[in-house]
Amino acid sequence: MTVQLVIFFLLAGVAVAGALSLILQRHPIHSALSLVVVMMALAGLYLLQGAEFIAAVQIIVYAGAIMVLFVFVIMLLNAGEEERTNLSRMARYVGLPLGTFLLLQLVFWIRRAPAPAAALSAGPAPTRKLAMMLFQDFVFPFELTSILILIAILGALVLAKRES
Amino acid sequence: MVPVSYYLVLSAILFGLGVLGFVFKRNIITIFMAIELMLNGVNLAFVSFSRALGQLQGQVFVFFVIVVAAAEAAVGLAIIILIARNRQSLNVERVNLLKL
Amino acid sequence: MSAFLVQHPLLVVSLIKVAVLMFLMMTALAYLTWFERKVVAHIQSRWGPYRAGPHGLLQPLADGLKFLFKEGVTPEGADKFVYYLAPFLSMSLALTAIALIPFGPKDISILGHRTPLSIADLNIGLLFLFAITSLSVYGVALAGWSSNSKYPLLGALRSSAQMVSYELSLTMSVVGVLLLAGSFNLREIIAAQYDPRWGFLRWNLFALPMPQVVGFLCFFTAAVAETNRLPFDLPEAESELVAGFHTEYSSFKFAMFFLGEYASMVTVSCLATILFFGGWLSPFAETPIFAWTRFLPAALLGVAGLWLLQDGLRHQKRLARVVLSMLGLMLGGVAYLITRPGVLDFVQGPFWFLAKVFAFLFIYVWVRGTLPRFRYDQLMAVGWKLLLPVSLANVLLTSFAILVARR
Repeated sequence: MTVQLVIFFLLAGVAVAGALSLILQRHPIHSALSLVVVMMALAGLYLLQGAEFIAAVQIIVYAGAIMVLFVFVIMLLNAGEEERTNLSRMARYVGLPLGTFLLLQLVFWIRRAPAPAAALSAGPAPTRKLAMMLFQDFVFPFELTSILILIAILGALVLAKRES
Repeated sequence: MVPVSYYLVLSAILFGLGVLGFVFKRNIITIFMAIELMLNGVNLAFVSFSRALGQLQGQVFVFFVIVVAAAEAAVGLAIIILIARNRQSLNVERVNLLKL
Repeated sequence: MSAFLVQHPLLVVSLIKVAVLMFLMMTALAYLTWFERKVVAHIQSRWGPYRAGPHGLLQPLADGLKFLFKEGVTPEGADKFVYYLAPFLSMSLALTAIALIPFGPKDISILGHRTPLSIADLNIGLLFLFAITSLSVYGVALAGWSSNSKYPLLGALRSSAQMVSYELSLTMSVVGVLLLAGSFNLREIIAAQYDPRWGFLRWNLFALPMPQVVGFLCFFTAAVAETNRLPFDLPEAESELVAGFHTEYSSFKFAMFFLGEYASMVTVSCLATILFFGGWLSPFAETPIFAWTRFLPAALLGVAGLWLLQDGLRHQKRLARVVLSMLGLMLGGVAYLITRPGVLDFVQGPFWFLAKVFAFLFIYVWVRGTLPRFRYDQLMAVGWKLLLPVSLANVLLTSFAILVARR
């Protein structure tokens, strides 16, 4: 059991526990905090694989801005706990078994798939190479996403404005 | 070295849990968070493949997925605020008629 | 167990460094509160704490004991888990950021293992510091929400909106420095500001092709707003919102918020020295004319020791006389030890670093004692309409200047 394997199982356990907590908690703020835990665990996993810039971007943007937005909205709308109604019969006897069957199928077939032939690159990905690729090969999608963000800002402003 | 299939299995588990949350939860905001969980599972798969194949395109794609998720979260949450204002409830089963 | 420790010396050495740094940080934070109270008091023509120990030096101890023994009141209907999580999150994030800061260029050897003077030396050190800053919004937002009361909720909403807005200008104002240095690694950023001939003129504040003065001013303003200090502390001001997001917190949990705020002040001061003022580099050039400046740390410590000695001997109480004069003699002894050749080289880096950080902390407290508070809409207007365009313009100008200079 190398150190890497131990860290992987630790972080993977935290991620799965956070995801389970997301769907099992009753109050949306607890679900939001569980999702933040999942994102931090995933950032750790990205670091473990050598994607250091993506790990930092995940924490800064995803866990530090998007989830803050979620927490804001939950605070503003004063969302309360969910009412405790039982699942419908269809959901309980067909839905849950099918859902878990889908999960088990995914896991089974991924484990049986042959590993990729190319060697695993061990070192961390240099940020400089990532930036070069982003601004040379992928410059068109990059500019498109900046326009997308502008449209999103305008849309959110127009939608959430109160009628005066 | 951790084999790639371990990461892919974890990604599949996260995606599956996101699907379960999306189907079974009743609060709109929680459903939206389950969508974000699915996106995160997919991001993990991208980064794992990028490392396995030794190419950086996977990480560039993850970058774009995160940016698009940010834009989608902004607009989606604005729509959720509007729905909550109009229907006075965050229960998705109450949002089943086009007319109020 | 001991075999594992022997095979992984890095783990043991890191744990020792973490323990030492934690102890030093907590003491420094406690005495930072004393420093602030004294300086603000002197600005306002009064004395500040002077009864608890000589010159009020035991005041932080008294405050700490008070916080520990006070009754902790939890509001009814508060979400217990989040209520206890918020101050813990705030303080632990602020303290984690100190782990990334390098204090000096030379390695020291702990238990026979050579290790640099920082706990972690990441290649993306600066980016990780910003990640921690962006997570600190959670402490504030969750604290206000979980208190189940309207003043904390309003204060938390305002405060977190302010922190999120100023985060943008904070990160943008640093991009100029990144362009000049070419790396996110804090040690490499300091190394890029090193010039043995020109001394402080090569620091990022004055560096050609583009002096980062505008960047520094944007950074410091945004940092003061990020840490919720005057003149940007409307969300926690007494006359506005009772105490903002930490209204319902008492005793130790309030102390954790307090310590978290001071710890982030220290982090921001360390960042400002590393990014714009050359970190541990001496302002004097390394030409033979300035060779005497290497003895400045020893000289300063010696003077401080002498002053403490004569001040202690004139005190009224006998205990104070004895303790202060002993402290003065100890400082004098340390000043003599520093002049020995082995230690002289080692002390230069950390001395200049700590001196600059201390200067920034003094400016923080000075600004707090002098300037009035911004109104909330003025605050947000400054963040979005002034600082963000100015820092973006700084990025553009810096990249243009670098392009022209490299031609």
